[in-house]
Amino acid sequence: MHAFKYHRPSSVNDAAALAKGEAKLLAGGQTLVQTMKLRLASPSDIIDLGTIKDLAGIKSDGKTVTIGAMTRHADVAHSADVKKAIPALAALAGMIGDRQVRAMGTCGGSIANNDPAADYPAAAMALNATITTNKGKYEAEKFFKGMFTTALGAGEIITSISFQVPKRAAYTKFKNPASRFAIVGVFVADFGGSVRVAVTGAGPSVFRQADMEKALSAKFAPESVANIKVKQDGLNSDMHASAEYRAHLVTVMAKRAVEAALK
Amino acid sequence: MAVKVSLKVNGKSVSAEVEERTLLVTVIREHLRLTGTHVGCDTAQCGACTVSMNGKAVKSCSMLAMQAEGADVMTIEGVAKPDGTLHPMQAAFKEHHGLQCGFCTPGMVMNAIDFAKSHPNPSESEIREALEGNLCRCTGYHNIVKAIGAGAKAMAAGK
Ligand SMILES: Cc1cc2nc3c(=O)[nH]c(=O)nc-3n(C[C@H](O)[C@H](O)[C@H](O)COP(=O)(O)OP(=O)(O)OC[C@H]3O[C@@H](n4cnc5c(N)ncnc54)[C@H](O)[C@@H]3O)c2cc1C
Ligand code: FES
Ligand code: FES
Repeated sequence: MHAFKYHRPSSVNDAAALAKGEAKLLAGGQTLVQTMKLRLASPSDIIDLGTIKDLAGIKSDGKTVTIGAMTRHADVAHSADVKKAIPALAALAGMIGDRQVRAMGTCGGSIANNDPAADYPAAAMALNATITTNKGKYEAEKFFKGMFTTALGAGEIITSISFQVPKRAAYTKFKNPASRFAIVGVFVADFGGSVRVAVTGAGPSVFRQADMEKALSAKFAPESVANIKVKQDGLNSDMHASAEYRAHLVTVMAKRAVEAALK
Repeated sequence: MAVKVSLKVNGKSVSAEVEERTLLVTVIREHLRLTGTHVGCDTAQCGACTVSMNGKAVKSCSMLAMQAEGADVMTIEGVAKPDGTLHPMQAAFKEHHGLQCGFCTPGMVMNAIDFAKSHPNPSESEIREALEGNLCRCTGYHNIVKAIGAGAKAMAAGK
């Protein structure tokens, strides 16, 4: 790991003032520390968000569940409020990596990183989330731009993510057995006739599956998606799964997610 | 540049002069000479470096020492009683032969102790799921799972 200067700001404003040039924000470090060890990232400065109090926490008001950027995956998974309002979101957080990673990794870090196989982006997209930063607000739709790319400007800090509460929802993931990242993960959310389907792991970045959304909005049942064939063009292909296999998995995972949401 | 990090390790307040990029596991092994915490992969996969930080199992190879400033850290050296009586989870590993070469064991035990606090009577599948972040190269998982089940019950019984 290359040397850097370490900062421990006590407010978002102080953090923003430090987030200049080659500086990088540090959340749980579960991605960034390993990336720095491999020298894939060599920031001049590390700005640790861990001690900024108001960045962690969960609020639920019936319509939305708002998760502070520094809220750890384990805290979302175990939150009584999240389990009550959006059980699928608590379940998703509990499926990330392993329990040690969940004790450190954060919602904001996952959303900011936008790993093609990460779980939270699927929830953000399907639950029509709003991502709040120190500079403004983004709809999830306009936030995830491509592989490891988001709408965040240089030094911009995510402060919280607000997920809309659906009538029913479920997330199913076909895990990479080694890393537990999604080979394909599908989040299905029914907002009472209007259904959103978000797919992670399959492509370079999370995306919505419009044909499935239309079919499920007409009739929320597994058979509505069972025969929808997903095109393999542009999907990821690697040693774990070919694009053709991933395309097939999208349909299988979507069907299982609908079944789970109906339970 | 050298900076100072202060934390509690196994109940004792300690501080060390470290580089800003120093990992928590380096402070534990090289500064404090507590070499029970192992480094297996150095890439967040194997869990051999698992310690407890403020009561939660974390991978000490995957965080900066500075992230543990002010924290209460427990390593494998801190779990037995001062008179040498093993922690119930350690005793269960011994009893059920939950180790072969022993390399993964400190991480297994540290993770298991944290897990058992919320799972006093875990099922086999719950234990296997809890071990997702711990690898055993000797692949003795069967006895590790048995040991954790017994250790959790012993902890709940206050043994
Ligand atoms: C073994 C292992 C298994 C994993 N399995 C999964 C899995 O199954 N599914 C999954 O989704 N993820 C998985 N992860 C990734 C994990 O969820 C990470 O915690 C997460 O991707 C990053 O969160 P973090 O808090 O650790 O962020 P960090 O590593 O600290 O930061 C990641 C990036 O986000 C930026 N950033 C962080 N916070 C903010 C903020 N508030 N505003 C703006 N930018 C910010 C940082 O500058 C950095 O570039 C796994 C990780 C490991 C090590
Ligand atoms: S050495 Fe830390 S996870 Fe392997
Ligand atoms: S006992 Fe040898 S690595 Fe687990």
